[in-house]
Amino acid sequence: MSHEHKLEIFRGLLKFKSNTQKIWGVLIFLSIVTTVEVALGITKPHVFVANTFIGMKLLNWIFIILTLVKAYYIAWDFMHLRDEKSSLRRAIVWTPIFLVCYLIFILLFEADYIYNVFKDGYVTWNF
Amino acid sequence: MDSTVTSGAEENVWGGGNQPLGASYGKLMMWFFIVSDALTFSGFLAAYGFSRFKFIETWPIADQVFTHVPFIHGNFPMYYVAFMTFVLIMSSVTMVLAVDAGHKMMKNKVIIYMFLTIIGGAIFVGSQAWEWATFIKGDYGAIETKGGRILQFVKADTGERAALADFSKTIPGERVAQQSKDGVWFYEEASLPSYSLNEVTEGFMANPNILIRTEVINEDGEKTLLTREESLAKIKDGKLVVEGANLVRNEYGSRLFADFFFFITGFHGFHVFSGVVINIIIFFNIILGTYEKRGHYEMVEKVGLYWHFVDLVWVFVFTFFYLV
Repeated sequence: MSHEHKLEIFRGLLKFKSNTQKIWGVLIFLSIVTTVEVALGITKPHVFVANTFIGMKLLNWIFIILTLVKAYYIAWDFMHLRDEKSSLRRAIVWTPIFLVCYLIFILLFEADYIYNVFKDGYVTWNF
Repeated sequence: MDSTVTSGAEENVWGGGNQPLGASYGKLMMWFFIVSDALTFSGFLAAYGFSRFKFIETWPIADQVFTHVPFIHGNFPMYYVAFMTFVLIMSSVTMVLAVDAGHKMMKNKVIIYMFLTIIGGAIFVGSQAWEWATFIKGDYGAIETKGGRILQFVKADTGERAALADFSKTIPGERVAQQSKDGVWFYEEASLPSYSLNEVTEGFMANPNILIRTEVINEDGEKTLLTREESLAKIKDGKLVVEGANLVRNEYGSRLFADFFFFITGFHGFHVFSGVVINIIIFFNIILGTYEKRGHYEMVEKVGLYWHFVDLVWVFVFTFFYLV
């Protein structure tokens, strides 16, 4: 099996000489992202905790975005999606993204509604 | 008549024999499985999100729960989970290197990299087992109220958590665990907590340095600490001593927290375990030269996909269980 590898990441900003080099490069990038996540998780800078965006702390948004970044590089470089045909890539990526967004939207809205029922209802839940 | 003609040169889209997605049957099926498994995990994590949003004000804070590192005492939130994440990413890297060496038909390199991948997976599963054991055992202990809420204890002067053993009184003549030899109809009971509710309450009354921390999260994103007067009033609601965690109750807070912890990390750990087993099978196949004879190492690529998927799921579990 002869495989052509696309050897550039960050939209061509970083080019590697061989596939092996690219793998190590991606590892370094993923490690940096994880370190940043853990550092933020331990220090919890006040700016990110105090401010919210669409009802969620900025810190949590940062975590989620960094996670998606990591997921992108794992799927694209470790699972070789970068080298697959775009039709296969789209079939694999957009199907779960669509379904998961739908599920999350429904469940979180419902959960928030139940939270309000617990909070404003005339029943004591903590006695 | 050309429908009966079969020539290799003819590339008809609906004629069969071509690969519109440019991937072999086996690889496509692995991708199908991964997509469906990803949806299963998403379902679990979304359910976790549901329960968390439902109890948003009282949900346990992860870095107050996972604070241990093996062989070292002290408070190290997140460090060990970060280490586990790194081990899994590292074993993912050795897996890609194995796949890469497979493309170049370098058998010995594939063997070495597969071996390292298996070791990484084993370390991860072992760490997870340790994490479970620590979680089940618990460390400080807590009191459950009549309303099913958890009350934890904090030392007023230092702000550190107080373990039940730090302040509980030992009252002789308390009930001991029943054994089946003591009664004809007695079958079994769960092991008693190290201190009875009475012992904890008496010790709490006698020690003015101990305050109660409730589950409620205040505006600063921390658990509410009661004053001594409020604590004295609150301790009267106590119903049970809770140590560690099981599927019914846990000392960390919301009951669902432990349930989801066991379920999601357990399901993921099961995936890692199966991944290690599959990797071992492939490892021996490589040593036996199966793929050398077959002429390609696509099988390594396929288990590689599964292995990376396990890593991918962990990235999400790590975020939603430990960070957010």
